[in-house]
Amino acid sequence: MSKKPSKGGAPSLDMTPMVDLAFLLVTFFMLTASFRMAEPVTVDPPSSIGKVDLPDNHIMVTIDDNGRVFFGISNSTAKTEALKEMAAKYQVQFTEQQVKKFSGLPSFGVDIKDLPRYLDASEQERTKFQPQKGVPMDTITPNNQLKDWIAIGGRKAVEVFNAAKAKAEESGAEFKSEKPRYAIKCASKTKYIYVKDVVSTFGDLKIYQFNLITSLEGGGTVINPE
Amino acid sequence: MAEIQDSGGGGHKGGKKRAKKLSTKVDMTPMVDLAFLLLTFFVLTATFSKPKSMELTFPVPPDVIENQPPIKNGITFLLTGDDRIFYYEGEFRAADDAKGAKTVLQELNFSQTSLHKYLLDKNKDMHTQIRDLKDKFEKKQMADTTYKRLVKERKADKASYTYLIKTDDKATYKNVIDVIDELNVNVVGKYVMVDITKPELDMLIAAAGTK
Repeated sequence: MSKKPSKGGAPSLDMTPMVDLAFLLVTFFMLTASFRMAEPVTVDPPSSIGKVDLPDNHIMVTIDDNGRVFFGISNSTAKTEALKEMAAKYQVQFTEQQVKKFSGLPSFGVDIKDLPRYLDASEQERTKFQPQKGVPMDTITPNNQLKDWIAIGGRKAVEVFNAAKAKAEESGAEFKSEKPRYAIKCASKTKYIYVKDVVSTFGDLKIYQFNLITSLEGGGTVINPE
Repeated sequence: MAEIQDSGGGGHKGGKKRAKKLSTKVDMTPMVDLAFLLLTFFVLTATFSKPKSMELTFPVPPDVIENQPPIKNGITFLLTGDDRIFYYEGEFRAADDAKGAKTVLQELNFSQTSLHKYLLDKNKDMHTQIRDLKDKFEKKQMADTTYKRLVKERKADKASYTYLIKTDDKATYKNVIDVIDELNVNVVGKYVMVDITKPELDMLIAAAGTK
């Protein structure tokens, strides 16, 4: 008996396993994906052998190649609280909608007087926003906004952390979050003097411990018991 | 696009049977297309590694600047532009005096044979001792608390060198991180970022050759 010649038409292939796998992967990537808005600048941090993960709860100061300073708080509740207090201090009005937009912003680098306008702009417009000179941190004129942001943001972040911890203890739930930490993210090519300015601003607030963000480097053995 | 199902040449008798035999297969191509499109999107946007960080504590500025005891066994790195490093050992002397000769700056660079080798030589004792401790620990001859305590004690040893890192206006952040990294690789116990002083800066500029 000879094989029947196949009838016309495309040969069919059982695609079920492939589809199964594809959907499995889609589900995995969808669930692990974390969406966030684009950072106002991309900085390329130097590599190091440091193996400490960046804490989830952090207050981050980003410094770009030209020494512009960007500020961000990871916790959105602390972020909105800080904005309200800053707004009162600098007498800038924010609408509810602007506050809401601010809570989704990873970091920003504008004067607080320009912040309402910056928040109203669309995401595409923000990259071209002028003036985007970084958060002002003049030490001579009383306009050290970075210092106020750090002081107020730090305080709010700790308050939010303590409130969450107290709530968790009350209900007996497990509490995994860490205390907020201060992180500095800086581009490789940035002159160190700009970093020094930021560090001295932190120093004015008696903050001396930082997590310097670096990219991971292969090789090298470290003996680090801590 | 409706299609007329041709019942074929079977006539009326087999009509019902044929309808039951209709293929139950659904064309999955569009669905698969979509699945792969989504897959590609999520794969490309996924960020796998959390950013790493390096914990660093800056010195608290002393209340009283004067009467600071000089750091014994100090090695000072002076960083400048073009990825150049200068260093001197011991105390700084802008000129010859009763205690010793004028400080001479030596140059190093970031290659494996320069800074790395220098630190390795300087730190050989501590390096081998800590390595021994680590070996013992890994062979389970030592409890981890004991290991941590001993390493800490060893690192805080008074006889070991203290490394000071100072920068001028041209040094980049990368240089600073690289030096700290190199110190970490060589298991240096004590290092600190310090502001540069005027005489040091003058000497550094003279040594670097360009202003």
